[in-house]
Amino acid sequence: MAKYRCTVCGYIYDPEKGDPDNGVNPGTAFENLPAAWVCPECGVAKDMFEKI
Amino acid sequence: MGRIEIKKNIFWVGAVDWNVRTFHGHTYSTSRGTTYNAYLILDEKIALVDTVYGPFAQEMIERIKEIIPLEKIDYIIANHVETDHSGALPEIMKHCPKAKVLGTEKCKDGLYKHYYGNWDFQVVKTGDKLKLGKRTLTFLEAPMIHWPDSMFTYCPEEELLLPNDAFGQHYATSERFDDEVDEYALMDEAAKYYGNILWPLSTLILKKIEEVQKLDIPIKMIAPSHGIIWRRDPMKIVNAYLSWAKNEMKPKAVVIYETMWGSTEKMARKIVEGITDAGVSVKLFDINSSDRTEIIKEMLDARGYLIGSSTHDNDMLPNIAGFLEFLKGLKPKNRIASAFGSYGWAGGAVKEIEDVMKETGLEVAWPGVSARFVPDKDELQKCYAYGQGFANLLKGGK
Repeated sequence: MAKYRCTVCGYIYDPEKGDPDNGVNPGTAFENLPAAWVCPECGVAKDMFEKI
Repeated sequence: MGRIEIKKNIFWVGAVDWNVRTFHGHTYSTSRGTTYNAYLILDEKIALVDTVYGPFAQEMIERIKEIIPLEKIDYIIANHVETDHSGALPEIMKHCPKAKVLGTEKCKDGLYKHYYGNWDFQVVKTGDKLKLGKRTLTFLEAPMIHWPDSMFTYCPEEELLLPNDAFGQHYATSERFDDEVDEYALMDEAAKYYGNILWPLSTLILKKIEEVQKLDIPIKMIAPSHGIIWRRDPMKIVNAYLSWAKNEMKPKAVVIYETMWGSTEKMARKIVEGITDAGVSVKLFDINSSDRTEIIKEMLDARGYLIGSSTHDNDMLPNIAGFLEFLKGLKPKNRIASAFGSYGWAGGAVKEIEDVMKETGLEVAWPGVSARFVPDKDELQKCYAYGQGFANLLKGGK
């Protein structure tokens, strides 16, 4: 599963860790994040992320 | 206008905004005013680090003219796009035909989207260096401290860090240095700044400070873009940031309420009595007579929050609701909370407050307390016991 970087603030979404603070379990692929999920650091939507 | 030299051939060329009382629109009350700090570095090449808020452009230009003609400026370092630091840039650029603007990629985009200027812009990245002559400037990107474009500038020869908004304070003074001002007021403003602006970015701040510490670069002076320059003991503010970023808290309670006819206020006072008698430090604020910026500062190092409201239209009152909405954005972590309030028939405020607390990530750790119409002796006794119970939770450090 690929990691993704927020192009606005540099936050890296690591699917192995997920985003438990915002209800995303570890092991969740970026593609499977809910459509309403936003960058936990700066708040932009998924379309502002790039694959790394 | 006297020259203010902060290091040999490095001058403060900012502006003091004595009378500003609200900042960022109305999100921050600058009760002690503020300053916009910019720095002029004279070497074989001349660099200006940051500018000031637009209305102060002329004042800044006058300050620079006292030192050199503006057209001699070779570089303008834009550490941050926000208009309180870049507002004077369009005016300054008119006087600096050869100046090149340096900043991050996001800064380039952000400045364009503010001023639509056709300026010679050089994008810099972490580790890039700019040789001025005897001195060098090194850049360190600091995204989300506190905007995506933010950057720190460091001058190794002077052991001088120019971190823009980090380590700043809204504090208007005729003095420029930490050893010249009242330390209590200085740290009070630094805490207010952190709590109201940087708090939600704590994880990133902690990482950034650790990154800088690993670089093992000596720092003898920290010159932020607002307020006082740290030269006596720059580690004092770094250590304070570390403590806030690590979410270090005291067993302290902050009680905030909104009342219609005084019943919720009676409850709040009794709760505070209970907390005090349990030996726990507490602050009480009526949301309608208090400065929100000040309340947030008190919440920064407090582990427990008690929020009260009378019920109105089966909900909490509007100003406490607005306050909680603001608090949510600050993302406080590992805090315990509880709700209280008076009602007439159906109630609703306590539940609504608890719902928002949960959305905010606060642990609703103690059952709420209510009183119908005007609290009687028994209800006030419940409030007292409620305060004591909550205080004991705080003391337990749970």
